[in-house]
Amino acid sequence: MSPIHYVALSVILFVIGGVGVLVRRNAIVVFMCIELMLNACNLAFVAFARMHGNLDGQVIAFFVMVVAAAEVVVGLAILMAIFRARRSASVDDANLLKY
Amino acid sequence: MTTLHTVAATGALKLSWLLLAFPLFGAVVLLVGGRRTNRWGHLLGVAMPVAAFGYGLIAFFALLGDANRSQDQHLYSWIPVAGFQVNMNLLVDQLSICFVLLITGVGSLIIIYSAGYMSHDRDRRRFFGYMNLFLAAMLLLVLGDNYLVLYVGWEGVGLASYLLIGFWQYKNSAAVAAKKAFIVNRVGDAGLTLAIFLMFTEFGTVSFTGVFGTVGSAGSGVATALGLLLLLGACGKSAQVPLQSWLLDAMEGPTPVSALIHAATMVTAGVYLLVRSNPILALSPDARLAVVLVGTVTLLFGGIIACAKDDIKKSLAGSTMSQIGYMTLGAGLGPAGYVFAIALLLAHGFFKAGLFLGAGSVMHGMNDEVNMRRYGGLARVMPITSVTFGLAYLAIIGIPPFSGFFTKDPIIGADFSEHGAAGKVLGTCALIGAGITAFYMTRMMFMTWYGKRRWEPEAHPHESPPVMTWPMIVLAIGSVGAGAFLILNDRLEKFLAPVVGVPPTSEGVFSTAGLVALAFALAGVALAWVMYGRVPVPSEAPRGSLLTVASRKDLYGDAFNESVLMRPGQWLTRLSVFFDNRGVDGLVNTLAAAVGGTSGRVRKLQTGFVRSYALSMFFGAAVLVALLLVVRL
Repeated sequence: MSPIHYVALSVILFVIGGVGVLVRRNAIVVFMCIELMLNACNLAFVAFARMHGNLDGQVIAFFVMVVAAAEVVVGLAILMAIFRARRSASVDDANLLKY
Repeated sequence: MTTLHTVAATGALKLSWLLLAFPLFGAVVLLVGGRRTNRWGHLLGVAMPVAAFGYGLIAFFALLGDANRSQDQHLYSWIPVAGFQVNMNLLVDQLSICFVLLITGVGSLIIIYSAGYMSHDRDRRRFFGYMNLFLAAMLLLVLGDNYLVLYVGWEGVGLASYLLIGFWQYKNSAAVAAKKAFIVNRVGDAGLTLAIFLMFTEFGTVSFTGVFGTVGSAGSGVATALGLLLLLGACGKSAQVPLQSWLLDAMEGPTPVSALIHAATMVTAGVYLLVRSNPILALSPDARLAVVLVGTVTLLFGGIIACAKDDIKKSLAGSTMSQIGYMTLGAGLGPAGYVFAIALLLAHGFFKAGLFLGAGSVMHGMNDEVNMRRYGGLARVMPITSVTFGLAYLAIIGIPPFSGFFTKDPIIGADFSEHGAAGKVLGTCALIGAGITAFYMTRMMFMTWYGKRRWEPEAHPHESPPVMTWPMIVLAIGSVGAGAFLILNDRLEKFLAPVVGVPPTSEGVFSTAGLVALAFALAGVALAWVMYGRVPVPSEAPRGSLLTVASRKDLYGDAFNESVLMRPGQWLTRLSVFFDNRGVDGLVNTLAAAVGGTSGRVRKLQTGFVRSYALSMFFGAAVLVALLLVVRL
């Protein structure tokens, strides 16, 4: 299979994730969309690593996974706290930090 | 020309610091001690000047018995910088010892008098503290052996003068007068400061011996500049035109202050400065001519003001200006005049202090009334005061054999023989001044002591207590005898010769000019008798001629200062404030307002909606990528 397919899939996944972040209100869905974007990046990294025959991209993909895992831990905790306080998981409701 | 040679002090003169220590101790105890010293404060305040006078006498006789009469006592090194050394040295020589005796002697008499005069004042202790402070500063002024120490004393007497003019500071007029005296003196002080700077840059030293030793090689330009700057300083302190305006207002202070500071001692500091700096003046005929001009203008100016004032103290203040004008004139004549300037200064210390104390005694008995139109016929009720006042009067108008005749007339005589044709004109002015002096003093005599009683209904004049009359009696004796004692046999001339030089041959005591001056004085007396003795004096001032109106307003001295200096100054201030507010502040404030307004608008972008932030990030990233692609391609 040509690497271009992997890159195309990666772009498609990234756009789905990006649109999800912009249009969805539910924090958990937004969160999942972010994960989707990260994984699209991972796919691209791995594909290009394979293409160029060196391991840098694969190593970075591991880093991204670690970061994503850490982000999930912190993010979900914040989400839980917000939900407890406001009885809502909508990102538009949590808009107190402004001008 | 003379130069100053000093030797280290020996014997009793090693203790010359005692002169300063006594009054300084008194001032510190009285001013720091506070209310605890209220009960006995005035006794200490009197004792310290008397002690200083006692030591002054010892020092004087020690100096007379010593071959070296210019003795320098090193106290400590004040400013030791590599090439520039200023020592705290006290110079006791023929000139300074004259001043020491005048300051402590007349000062003691006046302070004794004050013990009676101020006995009912709540702040009597503070008064004596300030008086002692003044004496200490004045003694430092005349004893310093360099211009910087002199300057410390110079500023010290300015401070004491300020404090004492404003002694009754609850009166607005006194507070304003004190400020005025201080500010006008600042102008003169600037002159003295610049003179000291110039000495430092030109000679690298400010000591009398150093400056006088090297000034000869510095060129006449420097000497003229120094002379004029010192003259400016003298004008401020001695109330000479154009810096004369403060002295008349300074009469707001208690009368003993007027007698001591604004008649006998402090205002003569300018004359001391000029006479002390005689080696500088000797090199610059231009500067001496300026000194003579200032003196002549002031002696007429002060005399004319004194003729029209109904306030006895202000009239005496005008007279003081006029007499100091004579001294300044004498100091500008070079060796021909120095001795007589100092002689007049010493005699003036006696008779003017006597006149002021007499005026104070009258005020004491008349509920502090100063308007001479409310006096009249007081000779009967205040015999001692009237006699002492009368003797001082005869002295000041120059009737022989009283002291004014011996001291003032030689100045007029010397004036004719110096400065060529200009000297003739100036001498004539000085003669007219003698007539004016006799006129206003006779007017004062008639208005105060003789004629109908024009008292306020509640006035009950009475003779003052002995503590006040005795100093007046002693001063009257001085007024009678000082001039003859100093001038006959050339006593003062021989004594001062090493410091100020020997006058050229004089015509003797009864010179032509002296006799003409006497004739002018008698004419002044006669005119005053016609105007104030023969006809009754109205108790309300008549409108008077144009000159009278002008003199009542101090010959528009204040108006001149206000229109030429104050108002342009205020305009300049207003312009600066306007420029500061609109220009400097305006620029900064506009910038700040612009930044604030812009950020107020930009702030609205922070909506708090996470998704809108995400959208802006998305677009931002998209734009970046697009840019990168454009650059790449």
